[in-house]
Amino acid sequence: MTDRTTIDRTSHLELEHHEKTFLDSNELIINMGPQHPATHGVLRVILKLDGEKVLGTECVIGYLHRGVEKIAEHRTYTMFNPYVDRMDYVAAVSNGLGYCEAVEKLLNVEAPRRAQYIRVVLTELNRLASHMLWLGTHALDIGAITPLFYTFRDREEILKIFEKYCGARLTTHAFRIGGCSYETYDGFEREVKKFLDFVTPKIDEYEELLTTNRIWVERTKDVGKISAKECIALGVTGPVLRASGVKWDLRKAQPYAAYPDFDFEIPVGQNGDTYDRYIVRMQEMRQSLRIIDQAIGKIPDGPIMAKIPKVMKPPVGEIYHSIEAPKGELGYFIVSDGSTQPYRVRVRPPSFVNLQALDMMVRGALVADVIAVIGTLDIVLGEVDR
Amino acid sequence: MISRLKGQHGSGIREANTYLGQKYVVADSSLIPELLQVLRDQEHFDYCVDITAVHYPDREKQFEVVWILYSFPRNERIRVKASYAEVESVPSAVPIWPTANWLEREVFDMFGIRFEGHPDLKRILLPDGWKGHPLRKDYGIIQQDQEWVQINLGIESGQ
Amino acid sequence: MLDYITSYLNSDTTPGSAGNMFWAFVYIILIFLGLSVAVIAMNWLERKILAHMQVRLGPMRVGPHGLLQPIADALKLLIKEDIMPSQADPLVFWVAPLMVVITSFTVFIVVPFGPTHAVTDMNIGVLFMLGVSSLSVLGVVMAGWASNSHYPLMGALRSSAQMVSYEIAMGLAVVSAVLMTSLNKDGTGTLSMIGIVQAQQSQQVWFIFKFFPLGLIAFFIFAVAMVAETNRAPFDLPEAESELTAGFHTEYSGFRWSLFFLAEYSAMIAVSSIAVTLWLGGWMRPFPNALSGETWDLVFSLVPGLTFLFLAAMTFYSTARMPKHPYFKVQTIGLGGFGAVLALIGVALFVPPVRDRIQDIFWFSAKVALSMYMYIWYRGTFPRYRFDQLMKVGWKVLLPLGIGVLVLTAIAGILF
Repeated sequence: MTDRTTIDRTSHLELEHHEKTFLDSNELIINMGPQHPATHGVLRVILKLDGEKVLGTECVIGYLHRGVEKIAEHRTYTMFNPYVDRMDYVAAVSNGLGYCEAVEKLLNVEAPRRAQYIRVVLTELNRLASHMLWLGTHALDIGAITPLFYTFRDREEILKIFEKYCGARLTTHAFRIGGCSYETYDGFEREVKKFLDFVTPKIDEYEELLTTNRIWVERTKDVGKISAKECIALGVTGPVLRASGVKWDLRKAQPYAAYPDFDFEIPVGQNGDTYDRYIVRMQEMRQSLRIIDQAIGKIPDGPIMAKIPKVMKPPVGEIYHSIEAPKGELGYFIVSDGSTQPYRVRVRPPSFVNLQALDMMVRGALVADVIAVIGTLDIVLGEVDR
Repeated sequence: MISRLKGQHGSGIREANTYLGQKYVVADSSLIPELLQVLRDQEHFDYCVDITAVHYPDREKQFEVVWILYSFPRNERIRVKASYAEVESVPSAVPIWPTANWLEREVFDMFGIRFEGHPDLKRILLPDGWKGHPLRKDYGIIQQDQEWVQINLGIESGQ
Repeated sequence: MLDYITSYLNSDTTPGSAGNMFWAFVYIILIFLGLSVAVIAMNWLERKILAHMQVRLGPMRVGPHGLLQPIADALKLLIKEDIMPSQADPLVFWVAPLMVVITSFTVFIVVPFGPTHAVTDMNIGVLFMLGVSSLSVLGVVMAGWASNSHYPLMGALRSSAQMVSYEIAMGLAVVSAVLMTSLNKDGTGTLSMIGIVQAQQSQQVWFIFKFFPLGLIAFFIFAVAMVAETNRAPFDLPEAESELTAGFHTEYSGFRWSLFFLAEYSAMIAVSSIAVTLWLGGWMRPFPNALSGETWDLVFSLVPGLTFLFLAAMTFYSTARMPKHPYFKVQTIGLGGFGAVLALIGVALFVPPVRDRIQDIFWFSAKVALSMYMYIWYRGTFPRYRFDQLMKVGWKVLLPLGIGVLVLTAIAGILF
């Protein structure tokens, strides 16, 4: 009996004396997010730190999970189309293109040439908009606040074109299965051309602010390095893969839409660090301008919708179709059971897979590098969580 | 390539075909670990695009797990499919392609399929304590883990 | 009593040196009010200038061109709920912002706005300023520690490491300027702020141009170190928004937060005043050598008034450009009134007695304002340094440079 009380008391005392706070340990566990200015949404990264050095990370995602894949099983093919815009909401047009082309393949129809050209123009404009948003926020994360406003000013012009074309700015829903549902508006070509003339010097302007800026170079060179081998093993695609030196772009590797008609290059980097990814994306913006310039001059005449049945019932089967979204390979795996609703839709989100590389890229780096790497991976949480 | 695979593994490969120009292989579940390894090492499918599953409640083996692979040297895709019953666990592809880590976690999260040998198999998109696997066909579209919602969010219902 | 008050007006020293408590108190009140107005004005100007650099308009809603925005902000902060984290150390949490504010205001008692326009003239003026202003790091550390939270703690650690390392480079630069003051005929140097300016006056050169380029390099070291000392971009790591949310003041809100804000801006003004005093000739007007003589003195003495008249003219121009809608009537009248006040001040500054007394203060303030503009410009231009790079710049670049400049200044002082 007495023994027991002594034990109780000592344990109580021990508890009081050894009430450990985070100050007692050399390791600091920091919860970055889900509400944090630099995690681009509701990403939560648990950082294990030794001072400023990162010992390890764990990503906690799912805060924006809306069950898009489940919704798809309860909607018809047409009804599900607008939902895909809500995944990568800064590149909604690309999402729509991937989905529409996947269903078209399943239905065995092909969009008319005119529709395909319009698709290319809008998708490339969207790539520009996405990269501009990336540049602005990435620079903001690294501490340069001014490029953000420049890129948003120019992105606005793209959004105006989208708005005039389909009425929406962000979640555009620009394409339909079988083509485009809207004919281009009067002066579409003229306005896009005007935009090209407007934006070409602006990209030089961004580069002027950053490319040779000493602090920018110091902050991005050799930060978040990832080799081509690691990229492929981790399934990382898009500009991140290309910055590591792999010349692989689905627009060239497995061309879709009207891309074979255009002449453009795939910019690649060498070191696979944040600076190379920055350079690659800047080059990509220029290549996008080139594609738009070629496409806008020769949009063919003709119908914009293929003949598709009113009630879409694709034959039993499955399809995987992927496109080069601004963030990487965006794939749709659709299983049809012959009814009007897809049996299963799986989205292969580039952001989700790319985010997996974060841990490898920031181990041993500093806290500030984590921010830079999150920015350079260019994730959109709507797509990570779906 | 398909014929080579068939020659090597014979009856393990149930179906090897193309649909709409896309190659796919339906394999015996017992053959999967070996097949994936062979596909990466000998056939150079070095990039695992996606791992996902489809739920067929009517079948004897309910889940069809799909591996979508891509080969950089060959510029070619292939889909590998295998069926598993609910109690069976699938061999993890993490040792073969590190990218399988999160993809398998998502399949586990959404379908409840266990992956044997996965380093850290836990839920990824849904909260850890959630009950049920939403992408199964018997999970209703507005169904929720009410208990979790009530305890953790302090609201009566999420609907 | 009246004699006591008026007797000072005929003396030519600072009230502190003259031992006149009444005028010292008046000066303190004036400086306190002036600083508060300066901080408010800086707030508005920073937002406006930064906005115009970034192709946007900045505050436009509260008052014409957002002129009343800082006042609205101050009111909002005052009536906001004061939140203290439950796990925080209440006393330290409470003291920390006061500590920062007190130190950053105290330094102004030795800042010489003119040969007699300072609260007091200490013979260790520069030392006092550096010493007291570096105390503010204590407040920052206290704030970070007392919050009992990760981000503030890391911000505080960064802040203390940063301030300590840049203080050394800063000190070396200051010493080389102080060394220059000893190059008089009688060979006695001084640490007094007023003495330093007078030394520049007697040597007929601003120290930034002395022993070219040594003075310039020393000034450059100080200019970099002072940005780091005040935690401003590109050295704003302790409050790096994208990394540590708000750094050491993450857990502060409302009035306590506004104290940090006040302290930050007044610290910026304080270090700028040191730079102006040490290198840019303090209260002296520009081009004292090239454009000397009675006429030029008169011309330069008209500049303060002309500046205000120019500002008034700009305000009247904006007033004329205000939208004609009745909704903007009050704002238009307000802006016109503001212009009228500016014009009145401008006219008042032409009156000879005022003109003579205000000149020194005007030139000093103008130089400080220029330095403040540089602060804003940096913020609009540079990305943020990473912590190791910050340390590298401090210890591997500025420190050796500072030592080199100090040694060379000493050698040059002996040779020439």
